Amino acid sequence: MLQTSATAAAPPVIPSVIGAVAPMLAIRDLHSAYGQSEVLHGLDIAVAPGEIVAVMGRNGMGKTTLMKTLMGIVPIKSGSINVDGEEVSTLKSHSRVAKGLAYVPQGRMIFSSMTVQENIETGLTVTNERKVPQELYTMFPVLLEMKGRRGGNLSGGQQQQLAIARALASRPKVLLLDEPTEGIQPSIIREMGRTLKKIRDARGLSIVVSEQVLSFALDVADRVLVIENGNIVHESLRADIDEAQVARFLSV
Amino acid sequence: MFGDYSLTDLSSIFVMQGFAGLILFSVYTLMALGLAIIFGQMGVINMAHGEFMILGAYMTYLCSTFFQNHLPALFSIYFFVAMALAFVASGALGMLVEWALIRHLYKRPLDTLLATWGLSLILQQSFRTIFGPREVGVELPSWLIGSVQVTDTIEIPINGMFVMAVTALITAGVAVLMYRSRFGAQVRAVVQNRAMAGAVGIDTEKVDRLTFGLGCGIAGIAGSAFTMVGSTGPTSGQLYIVDTFLIVVFGGAASLLGTIASAFSISQTQSTLEFFLSGSTAKVITLLAVVGILMLRPQGLFTLKVRR
Repeated sequence: MLQTSATAAAPPVIPSVIGAVAPMLAIRDLHSAYGQSEVLHGLDIAVAPGEIVAVMGRNGMGKTTLMKTLMGIVPIKSGSINVDGEEVSTLKSHSRVAKGLAYVPQGRMIFSSMTVQENIETGLTVTNERKVPQELYTMFPVLLEMKGRRGGNLSGGQQQQLAIARALASRPKVLLLDEPTEGIQPSIIREMGRTLKKIRDARGLSIVVSEQVLSFALDVADRVLVIENGNIVHESLRADIDEAQVARFLSV
Repeated sequence: MFGDYSLTDLSSIFVMQGFAGLILFSVYTLMALGLAIIFGQMGVINMAHGEFMILGAYMTYLCSTFFQNHLPALFSIYFFVAMALAFVASGALGMLVEWALIRHLYKRPLDTLLATWGLSLILQQSFRTIFGPREVGVELPSWLIGSVQVTDTIEIPINGMFVMAVTALITAGVAVLMYRSRFGAQVRAVVQNRAMAGAVGIDTEKVDRLTFGLGCGIAGIAGSAFTMVGSTGPTSGQLYIVDTFLIVVFGGAASLLGTIASAFSISQTQSTLEFFLSGSTAKVITLLAVVGILMLRPQGLFTLKVRR
């Protein structure tokens, strides 16, 4: 806790990654609360088109709340959320998806009694497409094999791929992933890192991923943010990151 | 209790009571389908479901008098118009009720019980005011009257067969809608995880409203079918609501197949026992059997096996 107050006192230097490019996702002075207890105390985050940003932090520091607030699952108290120039903070979840946000929640939350194919099809709701795009199956061949199986009977790693495919089906501009590595074996985590970068390169979308695993974040992210007690306390580009310093934020 | 009957008598009794049971089964199935959709989807226990059925029955009654007085030439097909009208009327009222009342109570499931019970009282009184306290019956077109003589001792009423055919058609339609259509997939997604369904882009409020409307609309059709086997009064729906809940719980709340199977077993037991014993004893035995089975299998007859 000592280090918290130390870092909070000196405002972090924000690297100017965005520069002249208009951000794909711009969060300004975001406050969010469960009832009376405020969890996020005015976050400012900007994500450039095609950028992968990792939001790191220990349990209970506000990562999941940030994701849920962005998706409209936790109500916003004040501040603004801007996706590709459009304000979404007043919209319901489903309209935010239509504006270009997509969400892979912690614990994956696939629809367990529905088949793999039906799960992906739920993501098509806002695009009005009828068939699952072939490229999703190309990206995740295991889902094609399993497309008639019930989602609940898949392994953790397969469910994670399904949750990502479902989110991509809505053709998002910004993909939000909440702790995608949780409960997944290391070999599949590396594979997932590659897949995320491949998706970014193929579709040019921005990705915000919340993480506790530093190695995974370093593997995928262009920029790393550290969130603590609802504030951003550290920010650095992948190129000039001080691993030891970030690790200190994460150690309990 | 079987001692006084010969073997042929007995088999005839079983066939005919079985058939009477099938008509009851049809009404129950339609009622329970609507209730299962609403309860399974939203966790809302709709105590006013019986009144939505009776609204459908009154619509059928209005339709039959209208055709009798103004369009006697088309009287033979009025029943199809009546069913459509019953569906639309009950469905529309259902959507209105969802918008005005139910949607404010999703986070308070016990309050929906009270609110819908109050609604059922309001509807009953409205029926009494509008249609009068006396029970009304509908005039059937001639092709639905009469029965088919199968053997000397077995005869099967035509309207019963018609009701069953309608039920089969609607059940199949609901099954296709829930398991083959996009709307059905959205409904099932909302059932499983409301927040997540919204986060993949499903308009959960719209789905809720349409689902509630659909469930009530099917109850309306059940009411239409009901006019063939009973007379319609302001409180007729009350008699059916308890049995229907029993069927939904017994079948396993989220399973369409379970609902049908349990409607079948309960109505058959009821109808066959009623012939040999008094109506209330038959009910007692049915209830005891259901309670006993639910103690052994609290999740109902049919459940899905998946990891949650």
